[in-house]
Amino acid sequence: MRILSFLALALYASTGFADWQLNMPQGVTSSSNEIYDLHQLILWICAVIGLLVTAGIGYCLIKFRKSKGAVPAKWDENLFAEVTWTVIPTIILVLMAIPASKTLANLYDTSNSEVDILVTGYQWKWQYEYIDEEVGFFSNMSTPRDQIEGDAEKGEHYLLEVDEPMVVPVGKKIRLLLTAKDVIHSWWIPEFGVKKDAVPGFINESWMVIDEPGVYRGQCTELCGKDHGFMPVVVHAVSEQEYDAWVAGKKEIAAQAALASMKTYSKDELMAEGEAVYMRTCAACHQANGTGIPAAGFPSLIGSPLIEGDVAGHIDIVLNGKPATAMQAFAAQLNDVELAAVVTYERNAWGNDKGDVVQPADVAAMRAEKE
Amino acid sequence: MSSTAVGAEHHDHGPAKGLKRWLYTTNHKDIGTMYLVLSFVMFLYGGAFAMGIRLELFEPGIQYFSPEKYNQMITMHGLIMVFGAVMPAFVGLANWMIPLQIGAPDMALPRMNNWSFWILPFAFSMLSMTTFMDGGAPNFGWTFYAPLSTTYAPPSTTFFIFAVHMMGISSIMGAINVIVTIFNMRAPGMTWMKMPLFVWTWLITAFLLIAAMPVLAGAVTMMLFDIHLGTSFFDAAGGGDPVLFQHIFWFFGHPEVYIMILPAFGVVSAILPAFARKPLFGYTSMVWAVASIALLSFIVWAHHMFLVGMPLVAELFFMYATMLIAIPTGIKVFNWMATLYQGSITFETPMLFALAFLVLFTCGGLSGLMLSIGPADFQYHDTYFVVAHFHYVLVPGAVFAIMAGAYYWLPKWTGHMYDERLGKIHFWLSFISINVTFFPQHFLGLAGMPRRIPDYALMFSDFNMMSSIGGLTYGVSQLLFVYIIIKCVRGGEKASEKPWDGAEGLEWTVPSPAPYHTFSTPPKVD
Repeated sequence: MRILSFLALALYASTGFADWQLNMPQGVTSSSNEIYDLHQLILWICAVIGLLVTAGIGYCLIKFRKSKGAVPAKWDENLFAEVTWTVIPTIILVLMAIPASKTLANLYDTSNSEVDILVTGYQWKWQYEYIDEEVGFFSNMSTPRDQIEGDAEKGEHYLLEVDEPMVVPVGKKIRLLLTAKDVIHSWWIPEFGVKKDAVPGFINESWMVIDEPGVYRGQCTELCGKDHGFMPVVVHAVSEQEYDAWVAGKKEIAAQAALASMKTYSKDELMAEGEAVYMRTCAACHQANGTGIPAAGFPSLIGSPLIEGDVAGHIDIVLNGKPATAMQAFAAQLNDVELAAVVTYERNAWGNDKGDVVQPADVAAMRAEKE
Repeated sequence: MSSTAVGAEHHDHGPAKGLKRWLYTTNHKDIGTMYLVLSFVMFLYGGAFAMGIRLELFEPGIQYFSPEKYNQMITMHGLIMVFGAVMPAFVGLANWMIPLQIGAPDMALPRMNNWSFWILPFAFSMLSMTTFMDGGAPNFGWTFYAPLSTTYAPPSTTFFIFAVHMMGISSIMGAINVIVTIFNMRAPGMTWMKMPLFVWTWLITAFLLIAAMPVLAGAVTMMLFDIHLGTSFFDAAGGGDPVLFQHIFWFFGHPEVYIMILPAFGVVSAILPAFARKPLFGYTSMVWAVASIALLSFIVWAHHMFLVGMPLVAELFFMYATMLIAIPTGIKVFNWMATLYQGSITFETPMLFALAFLVLFTCGGLSGLMLSIGPADFQYHDTYFVVAHFHYVLVPGAVFAIMAGAYYWLPKWTGHMYDERLGKIHFWLSFISINVTFFPQHFLGLAGMPRRIPDYALMFSDFNMMSSIGGLTYGVSQLLFVYIIIKCVRGGEKASEKPWDGAEGLEWTVPSPAPYHTFSTPPKVD
């Protein structure tokens, strides 16, 4: 049955339903093009050597069979042959090393950048902070869980879509500064030829100049825990005007959010916003129904000590995290409205009828206390 | 062991009866057999995890295993295959064949030999127990990068650390035994440059083990301190460095890779001349090539770390050093080809596996050369291209060489010929399915599929399904090998002293099956 479906898929392939991409994408940056050319060069050298070796072995296996009456020779040395197959590979290696070294030096040159973005890896999302613009946000995978679990049709960009992509201008030198908050992650867009580890406590650098506008997709490539496979990287490359407009828009939204945190909300408003925040931020570990995965160290939130305890303790855990566990500090990740909403939601969802309502001002007070 | 009393019949006594024989034995053949059986059981056990992985990756979406279970499976698969299947298999071959090939009556340190084996079942039991603990088994991959393996690790990590220590102790003792045996117990006239290549490759491997395993022990001990004693070796928040872990790990890890392939070179260097009926080409350069590969293995470790943010000069140094390895490796491949040239070749099962090794190991070596090119590695790194590369050198490389060795020496071990027809079926099933499994993974990696993910984007569906079909077929095919071995142990055509007419070496001068004690009087080698 499975084999049949495999054959059916193979037929589909030619119609573009799925693709049989064999080679590296050529990419849209000068770096990715240089890497691509280098890759093509060594791929062909290796393919030719591999084919020659296989052909040589094949020739021996056909020509020197005992069943064909081959009589074994007695020799076991030939200085000329041995020198030849030491010297020729050495020359080939030198010829490969020259372009490789040049490309490497170029990829390391992060000077004269025009846009600087601090990329921070978290379990399991990316944070992008535009250093000169005071714009920053988190980028979470937006593929719904029911697609992953097979309860819904998988979308076109399954696992490679986010709620908020990185937006960058084309034609400008963009410098990425990469770090991580918990474990090591690695940021990769194949079309840019940019892949770099994000190491907690250290800052790595990389750069790109994107030639063509478009949406580019990649993934985290360093095993970083449970949802390592669900941590896509999406970048929108746009014209400079669009980029400037986007930056202005982001600043406007930030200003409104600051105003919004002054307001007082009804319980229904908080529950609605809280559910959205919970699904985006908390459900990966604590699960959509609040049961967690106790066997993997992610506790249930239903009637748990956290819920039964006082509100202040609950806010404190969400704000500051729990050291040496996967429970992160969300103080920098969520604003006061989102934090108030998610705590309200957790205390009143799934049969947790605590009745508590937390307002943004309560969260702000806790923050102030901490500082 | 009542017959061990002094007397002229001393050398004639057979093994003790029952379980005690295996528990107390100091006989290199018994211990070799136990190593081989253990490694094959571990191969099936680690293989079961691989089947789970391929099952989950058959289609996009999460079907059979949750992401956290998936991470545990890839970790256990890697650890069991590296430390449980490949390494003990080579130690088993060493125990059986090194004394027979150098004309020694046994290993030099027989009691230590018994201990180094019996540590292992306990180490692997402890590692397996972690599956049932709260928080599950280790889930950070066989490379266990900190801080995922320290601050963010499940509680069972402590048991994993202890198990790794035990495996390391076993390996170091095994290596000491090999070195002492080869240095002191060669038959008169067996000079260094007359030793079979299997002995040479194992001698060099043993030195690698002694140099590398304590480094691994250091790494896991530092982890233990970070987890339980509040140190911060790998925690940046306390002034440590997560990248330090990778330097230490790969300083062990790269020699470890060659520990798993050098003895395979030795096995293949015995089998190709035997079935080509022509002496091995370039013996001297083969020995020097292995020695230089071993030396280079200590100065290339950071090519596993091209993306951690090293300075440009370091990156260039490790790139050039890694590229250099292609030269001695190329010499070996060309020498093997020259051995075949003008030979008189037949295609028994050991030869088929050895030939497949030659072609497919070369394929894995060439993709390794591609990976050594720093800038290109920026794209290949941590993708399925890497998975394809190291499985090509480990499965049709190391594992095929072990299979070839097993078929080659089975007549000597059991006194019976294995079923040649079934052996050939086993070979062709393995050969085809392994290529169907791993060749498409090159394409997946180049197209952008990261490794160690339980679910993937739709564009990777087709090749993954193909790879899964190959993998499941390969897994099932190995059950045939179990049957072939059991059949061969139980009976079959009687094997002569030297069942392969082109074979060379002292092991073919003793009867088949090899008596419990051989070479009590050293043979004379000229």
